[in-house]
Amino acid sequence: MKKAIAFKSVKKNYGKLKAVNGITLSIKEGEFFGLLGPNGAGKSTLINMLAGLVRPTSGSISAMGFDVVKDYQNARHSLGIVPQELVFDPFFNLREMLRFQAGYFGKGKSNDAWVDEVIERLDLKAKASTNMRMLSGGMKRRALIAQALVHRPPVIVLDEPTAGVDVELRQKLWTFIKELNTEGHTIVLTTHYLEEAEALCNRVAMLRAGKVVALDTTTNLLKKFAAKNLKLRLSLKNKFKLSSIIKGINFSVDGDFYTFELKKIDDIGRIISALNKVSIEILDMETVDQDLENIFLKLTGNEIKYE
Amino acid sequence: MNNIRNQLIGTWTLLKKELLRFWRVAFQTVAAPVITGILYLLIFSHVLDGRLEVYEGVPYMAFLIPGLIMMSLLQNSFSNSSSSLIQAKVMGNIVFLLLTPLSYIQLFFSFLIASIARGIFVGFCIYLIATLYIDLPIKHPLIVFLFAFFGGGLMGAFGIVAGVWSQRFDQMAAFGNFVIMPLSMLSGVFYSIHSLPVSWQKVSQLNPFFYMIDGFRYGFFGQSDVSPYFSLIIVILFFIVLSYGTIRMLKSGYKLRG
Repeated sequence: MKKAIAFKSVKKNYGKLKAVNGITLSIKEGEFFGLLGPNGAGKSTLINMLAGLVRPTSGSISAMGFDVVKDYQNARHSLGIVPQELVFDPFFNLREMLRFQAGYFGKGKSNDAWVDEVIERLDLKAKASTNMRMLSGGMKRRALIAQALVHRPPVIVLDEPTAGVDVELRQKLWTFIKELNTEGHTIVLTTHYLEEAEALCNRVAMLRAGKVVALDTTTNLLKKFAAKNLKLRLSLKNKFKLSSIIKGINFSVDGDFYTFELKKIDDIGRIISALNKVSIEILDMETVDQDLENIFLKLTGNEIKYE
Repeated sequence: MNNIRNQLIGTWTLLKKELLRFWRVAFQTVAAPVITGILYLLIFSHVLDGRLEVYEGVPYMAFLIPGLIMMSLLQNSFSNSSSSLIQAKVMGNIVFLLLTPLSYIQLFFSFLIASIARGIFVGFCIYLIATLYIDLPIKHPLIVFLFAFFGGGLMGAFGIVAGVWSQRFDQMAAFGNFVIMPLSMLSGVFYSIHSLPVSWQKVSQLNPFFYMIDGFRYGFFGQSDVSPYFSLIIVILFFIVLSYGTIRMLKSGYKLRG
C-alpha cells in the first residue's frame, strides 16, 4: 500500500534543544494512526513540520509522495490539518470562513455544495450564518474540523481534536472521524487521551524526547507489553512494606486496591502465598488487561511505583 | 492539482476576503479616516485660506486637498495589510493561510491589491466630499492614478513588512506613530517645500512621501515642487525595491514559519 506520509530522519533543533531528534516513520494510506507522547515529546513539532508551519533542520517529509518543502503546494492539497488551538477569524461567519478556506485551495463555486455537506455532517447547519465569535467552544472545534475537510484532502491530521471537549461531543467526534477513515481518508491523530488512541487507532507511535520509543499496531503493543495485571483489595491492618515481602513484582496502589504487574502466571501464586504468610486478608481479586496508559507511562519513563 | 486556474481562484479568494474584512468595519476603516481628512481640511483652510497662496492662482484650500487625499490614501494602504496581518498573528488564525498551498507571491499580491483598493477608496471619498466645498478639476488623471496606485502599493508592501515583523500591537503602533505619521506630516501636505530653509528642503527630499504627495498634487494643478516624472520614477523605484524585499521576506518564512 502507498505511503500517505513519510518522515525520513527528521530533525528539528531550536538552539541546543533537539525537539525532534531523527524520526523515521511512515503511515500507510487508509491507516488510522496515533501519535502519543507527553508534553514536549515532539508531537506538535512533527505535525507542524508536516503542515509546513515549521521547517525541519534536516531530513525530509512527504505527504502522498509530495515533499512538504520542495513540492509544498501539492503536499498541502493532500493534507487537512486540524490545529490544536481554538483559533477563528472574527470578521466572518462559519459558511464564509469555510468557503474562503476552500477558495485558498483553488476550489470555486462548484465546491459550495460540499461545504454545505460538511456543515451538515458536523451538525453545524443551524450556525452556518453565525459569526465565528458567537460559536461555543465545541462548535468552534467542529468548525476547525470542517475547515480541514473543505478541500477534500486524502490525509487528515488532527492535533488533539478532543482537548477540552465534553464527553458527548467527544463521542460524536470519534464517530465522525471513524466514518472519515472508513470512507478512505488516512487519519493521523495526536492525543493525550490514551483511551482515545486505544479506541480509534490501528497503529501507534509513542514519542519521548523527540524520538520514537515504540511503533506498532495498537493490539501488538498491548500484547507485547502487557501480561495481565492482578488487582487485589487488601485489608492492611498494619502498615506493611509490601515490596519487602513480594520481591521483584511491581505494583501500584489506589486506595485499598493494589495492582500487581504479572510477568508470568506463576506470579499469582507467589503473591498470594506471600500475603498469606503475613496474614494479610484478600478482600477481593480480579485480573485486568494492561492498557495503553500503562505502556505509555512505562515507555516514556513516567511510571509511578509505590513501595 | 495546483494549476493556474486554482492559483487564480486562491489569489482572488484571499483578495476578496481582505476587501470584505475592511468593508465589514467600514465605519472604522473608511468613515473615520474620511472624517479626519475633512477635519484637517476645514480647520487648516479656515485658518489659512486667503492668507497663503502656495501656487499662483490656486487657493490654499484647493492646494491642501490633494495632499490630504494622498496622506489618507498612504496611511490607509499601510493600515490595511499591517492590521490584517498583526490581527491574524495575535488571534492565531494566520495558520489558516499558512496551511494552504497559496504561494508567497499570491499572498503578496492579494494583500497588496486590497491595500491599494482601501487607500484609493478612502482618498476618493475625501475627494468627493471636498468637491462639495470647492471646485477641484483634475488636470492629469493618469498622473493622479499612477501616484495613487504606486503610492498605495508602496505603503501596502510596507504594511506587509510591518505586519510580519510585529509580534504585538504596540510594536505595530510604533510603526504608525514613529514612521508613517512623521513622514506624512513632514512631506509637504500642508506647505510647499520651497517655503522651507534650504537645509530642510534637502531633508524633505530624502522623504519618499514628499515625492508621492508632490507628484499627486501635480496631477490636479499641473504645478509641483519637483518634476512629476522624477517623482514618479522615485516612487516606482521605492515600490519595486520594497516589493522585492517583501516577497523575499515572505519566501523565507521570516516570523511566519518556524
